[in-house]
Amino acid sequence: MNAIDNLTQQVIERTQASRASRNNGEQVEIPNFRPGDVVNVAVRVIEGGKERIQNFEGIVLSRRGSGVSETFMVRKVSNGVGVERIFPVHSPIIQSIKIVREGRVRRAKLYYLRQLSSRAVRSKTT
Amino acid sequence: MPSLLGRKLGMSGLFSDDGVYLPCTLIEAGPCTVLQVKNNETDGYDALQLGFGHRKDVNLNQPMRGHLEKAKASAPAVVSEFRTFDDPEYTPGDVINVGDIFEAGDVVNVTGTSKGKGFQGVVKRYGFRGVGGRTHGQHNRERAPGSIGQSSTSSRVFKGTRMGGRTGGKQSTVRSIQVLAVIQDENLIVVKGSVPGAINSIVEINKN
Repeated sequence: MNAIDNLTQQVIERTQASRASRNNGEQVEIPNFRPGDVVNVAVRVIEGGKERIQNFEGIVLSRRGSGVSETFMVRKVSNGVGVERIFPVHSPIIQSIKIVREGRVRRAKLYYLRQLSSRAVRSKTT
Repeated sequence: MPSLLGRKLGMSGLFSDDGVYLPCTLIEAGPCTVLQVKNNETDGYDALQLGFGHRKDVNLNQPMRGHLEKAKASAPAVVSEFRTFDDPEYTPGDVINVGDIFEAGDVVNVTGTSKGKGFQGVVKRYGFRGVGGRTHGQHNRERAPGSIGQSSTSSRVFKGTRMGGRTGGKQSTVRSIQVLAVIQDENLIVVKGSVPGAINSIVEINKN
């Protein structure tokens, strides 16, 4: 299994290096965020050959997987429509992740928040 | 079309430059020692016999010991013959490394022995769809094979009719998979997607 751990390590380091190269060479610290936290994910989008950063801010519903394949799900309500995106934690298209507000929840998977009103979501996660 | 023997190490994933996640398999490929070069005049066909891995010297029988002596090779765990090498010229005792024949971007076929799955029904074994649903008075037909033949004309089941039975544990090849990386100093090759067999099983990698 050692060779696999090595490769995983290399992939994660390569992603860190690619994030650092867009941050004036400084390491981009990925915080230890958890389900219930409100996070701001800076995503690199390439449009017509140009690259820009798009922010996606919402509540973390779940984290799953381990190693390179670890992913997390972020939900936000945009113009009254719920939007959920699943990001790989170690994907190079993610430039940074910032915790906007920490949440206090009792579950690891918060899928039940989809059925709640935004006021109920706030009361469940604080 | 060169080939190499290897050992499947397991799966992981990589990200491409545009952020696409690529599942991949790690294979410890080579180094393989050329044990014998067969040619058309003496053997009736052209082939290269390769040895891979290590075995304790005490576990060799006398014929094998003599055979290895000719190539001055240490005891390999597996020996296999490849008829796919057309060039260059090899002599017994030569060592072939991954970096010598593969590079990132190559397209390869990987052959191995698939995982044994025991006695399986036709749905898993041959992809049959089963006979019917759960309702309308039916029971126990969901994974059934359906008809296996005709009535009185023939009065028998033809040979080769697909039915349940031992599944897996057979040679299997995945064709045309991409080589994502070759790590020469660790004898590793990273291919896109999955490869037949369990972890630690022996696979053959053939370049297309």
